[in-house]
Amino acid sequence: MKLQRNGRTKALAIGALAVVSSLSLAACGSDDNTKTGSNTSASSSAGGASAGGAAADCGKGGQLLGAGSTAQANAIEVWKAAFQAKCSGTVINYNGNGSGAGVANFNQGKVAFAGSDAALKPEEVDASKKVCAGGQGIDLPMVGGAVAIAYNVDGVDNLVLDAQTTAKIFDSKITKWNDPAIAKLNPGVKLPDANIQAFHRSDDSGTTKNLTAYFAAAAGKSAWPYEPDKKWAGKGGQAATGSAGLAGQVKQQKNSITYVELSYAQTNSLKTAKIATGAAQPVEATAEAAAKTIGLAKVKGTGSDLALSLDYATKADGAYPLVLVTYEIVCDKGNKPETLPGVKAFLNYTISDEAQQAIADKGYVPLPAEVAGKVKAVIPTLA
Amino acid sequence: MDTPSPTVPQDRDGPYGPHQTSHGHAAHGQTPVELPAELPAALAEATGQRGVTAPPKARNRIGDTLFLAASRGSGILLLVIMAAIAVFLGWQASKSLSSNTGHFFTTFEWNPDATPPVFGIAVLLFGTVVSAVIAMAIAVPVAVGIALFISHYAPRRLAQPIAYLVDLLAAVPSIVYGLWGALFLVPHLDGLTAWMNDYLGWTHLLSQSDGVSGSAPRNLFTVGILLAIMILPIITAVSREVFKQAPRMHEEAALALGATRWEMIRTAVLPFGRPGVISASMLGLGRALGETMAVATVLSPSDKLNLHLLDPGGGTFAQNIAAKFGEAFDNGRSALIASGLMLFVITLLVNAAARLIIARRKEFSGANA
Amino acid sequence: MSTDVKHRASSSPLGRTSLTGGRLPKWAPAATAAGSVAAGCAIGAGAGLASHIQWGLIAALLFVSASYALAAKVEGTRQAKDRLATSLVWVCFILAVIPLVSLTVYTVQQGAGVVDGTFLSHSMNGVISSEPGGGIYHAILGTLEQVGLATLIAAPIGLLTAVYLVEYGRGRLAKAVTFFVDVMTGVPSIVAGLFVLSFWIIILGFSFSGFAGSMALAILMMPVVVRSTEEMLKLVPNELREASYALGVPKWKTIVRVVVPTAIGGITTGIMLAVARITGETAPVLLLCFTTDVINTNPFQDAQESLPLYIWHQYSLGNDQTYARAWGAALVLIAIVMGLNLVARAVARWRSPKAGH
Repeated sequence: MKLQRNGRTKALAIGALAVVSSLSLAACGSDDNTKTGSNTSASSSAGGASAGGAAADCGKGGQLLGAGSTAQANAIEVWKAAFQAKCSGTVINYNGNGSGAGVANFNQGKVAFAGSDAALKPEEVDASKKVCAGGQGIDLPMVGGAVAIAYNVDGVDNLVLDAQTTAKIFDSKITKWNDPAIAKLNPGVKLPDANIQAFHRSDDSGTTKNLTAYFAAAAGKSAWPYEPDKKWAGKGGQAATGSAGLAGQVKQQKNSITYVELSYAQTNSLKTAKIATGAAQPVEATAEAAAKTIGLAKVKGTGSDLALSLDYATKADGAYPLVLVTYEIVCDKGNKPETLPGVKAFLNYTISDEAQQAIADKGYVPLPAEVAGKVKAVIPTLA
Repeated sequence: MDTPSPTVPQDRDGPYGPHQTSHGHAAHGQTPVELPAELPAALAEATGQRGVTAPPKARNRIGDTLFLAASRGSGILLLVIMAAIAVFLGWQASKSLSSNTGHFFTTFEWNPDATPPVFGIAVLLFGTVVSAVIAMAIAVPVAVGIALFISHYAPRRLAQPIAYLVDLLAAVPSIVYGLWGALFLVPHLDGLTAWMNDYLGWTHLLSQSDGVSGSAPRNLFTVGILLAIMILPIITAVSREVFKQAPRMHEEAALALGATRWEMIRTAVLPFGRPGVISASMLGLGRALGETMAVATVLSPSDKLNLHLLDPGGGTFAQNIAAKFGEAFDNGRSALIASGLMLFVITLLVNAAARLIIARRKEFSGANA
Repeated sequence: MSTDVKHRASSSPLGRTSLTGGRLPKWAPAATAAGSVAAGCAIGAGAGLASHIQWGLIAALLFVSASYALAAKVEGTRQAKDRLATSLVWVCFILAVIPLVSLTVYTVQQGAGVVDGTFLSHSMNGVISSEPGGGIYHAILGTLEQVGLATLIAAPIGLLTAVYLVEYGRGRLAKAVTFFVDVMTGVPSIVAGLFVLSFWIIILGFSFSGFAGSMALAILMMPVVVRSTEEMLKLVPNELREASYALGVPKWKTIVRVVVPTAIGGITTGIMLAVARITGETAPVLLLCFTTDVINTNPFQDAQESLPLYIWHQYSLGNDQTYARAWGAALVLIAIVMGLNLVARAVARWRSPKAGH
């Protein structure tokens, strides 16, 4: 009986402790991470503040909601830190919940801008007219990137693949690492006699769409009989959610291969394959090589809409063909008055050369000057 | 969806324990039978005849009316919320169902945003049912074992802390199970999966196809194991309470007749506890069917309905909603809601079945005494 | 008993005639267990089985069959069956406790290094996800506020509904409510989130906020509260009500002053456990609270973070730094939930009428 009573007091004491500690916790929070953050983040944001200081345009302050593509989430994060260091009154909240959700949120008028891997479809443009009084949603190219073919095979460091072989691997037509097709591209490399564990996205994704668009353009119908789509169409293989999920699986699992944005391959230090495009040398997945391909892109949007069309089948020397461009979607007219100055200020910052350079370290590709110039011209016209 | 029963204080032999056990009310051990001291016993005797439903009606009618209105109002509000959810789900789901060019129940694909939209829940239904069945097959016997361990086998000193531990584990959020499952459990199941493939492969169910042998066990079987681990504490907590409430008189009678401990449990405890165990299992099953995050982190989903349970692939309703919701557009969202409605209907059926079983065996239920 | 003894004596190969029959010594189960574990490890290591899970399973199997065989030989089949049940129950217990303990230990291991004063008192504002730093203060705050609001909505409604069902509920309405409460427990959390999303945010046009999340959480919480409160109220003996009526106390006052106070310990515990349950819900807040890196103390306006959401986001960002933060947040979340549980338990005991208060 005594034991029980003791137990009771103890439980009470622990409970009280829990309550007290949670209460005391509520008293001392801070948004200031400049001291606790690592040196690099502090310095990069400080750099952003000083260099961008000339344009001390910060909008009206307050919260700015954005949502959408996970592919550009890492870039937005960098920009957010720098922008907020400069404009402490404005808080950017970007929810990387996927392009579809981002566009949906935008068309419900719930976010000031959406990030999307793909340009708006006609029916989405129609829907956006409800939110953008007197205007419509437009696509502004903002973040360039490369899709890397990441792999994890012991003893193989400089894997070279071409469009056909890659397409066949992801469609389970090539199932062994020592398949003659791979061996032919990698003379002298000792490839293991192991099953290829190919990972693809389980969720619908702009990355998948870019990869399959590349297959469709460069590999031909025999190797990739499917239409480019956000949804994975290939046979076999395993799936994981999000680029991070894929990167995590490849890191864990031997003899695996997948496709992720270059930034994810870099943060997880995964090996990436070079691509034989038909150019003199197989091209490595780097920001410069991708910038070359994006530089060849043409604007296919009309008016202030700057949707791009990319040439995946490029054979230019040193141009990495597997690229993607993600857009910020805003209203050309009819943005909400309370968020408009903030949106303009933020986009003005993100398209600035300094902001574009800042994300290059994170595995993204700065937009070529020509495309950036067009975007810079459009932003002031937003209303 | 949680465990109501852990709320029953554990110390049946608490302050008043020893003589309580020999008391007729042992079945609901902690029922406070201390009547207000000033109450004349004769009055209590007299009103005993009138029954609960006939309180004095003459006075304070306003208070009664108000209170009844408030409590009935909450009940009705609950119904309204439910109706709103059901109506809304149905309404949203109908949009995509009418445009679906596949068959909702037999199509494997999930392509509601394509033109024309094609989607079906065959794979999801299979995955949900299979993973839940695996989870139940593992969790129920083990949970009953642990519950018996705590209520009848464990040394007293051990029983109490273990009961606490199990209850606390029942509260671990599913996202944490997911995190643990993906980063710890999956790598540790590699060997077991390979071994099962080697020795149990002839069952077809527990084998891997050649193409994927050696892949990480991110399959329905692993999901089943993780779900089993998740629902184990819930089933244990409820079953334990029920077993503890088994009439002590029956137990002692069985022992007095020379039964071994197991025979006593088989004859006195298990029959008494069966409805409780069933309802506990249903709680667990409900959680297993609707679990989102833990499945989403562990499973490698696909559109294929695969009878090799060790192959990666498959999907469950909740996992599919969580994974597809972000990129879904109007029709896709509506289709996901339709699948949510199916999940809802399945849980409803499971619940109804459980209620039927329990109602049929009501004579054993201790709570209703 | 006597027939049993005779039967056993005659059937025993040892031909013992002692009244108690053959007994295994007291240390036999422990010895069997030790032996089986050793054998399991030996077989596992010998056969080169990589997975320790298999070692354990082999040991468990050996233990169960060895205790049965031993008891069957020495003590007879009935005792052997008893031993079999005992050993099975022990094996169940150990097999189940291992993963559960592993989960806890692993979380603590991974999370303990991350959780410190800075982590608890800072938000993620301006932190690059692939670099160290940042914290979960904004998430803790959001979780506490959202769960608190949800409780404020769900607890009274749930309580009153349970009172209605137990004290008044006769007839069709009560049956319908009982049934739908059961059904409501089966509402997948993500569906509750979808429901609030379309009504509150899309149709009524409010913006994302912590409160929207609270409403979805309240929907998930209500049936749990109703069910547990119902159970507790049913346990209040009718004698108490009858005695109160006999003294001329009106029904509502009987409920408020006699029935509910008698069961208040259990009711509080039920509510606390429901709170603990919704604290870990991820799916609805994922859809409704948006997400933010900064501290937002106002749950009715602007985006808010919550702990489960934070864990999910950090997990899906997927690099070593974010995994570490996810584990840290998971540890804190578990601590909060378990703290609530302990409080619930303490309340249950403290308010338990038997304790003499």
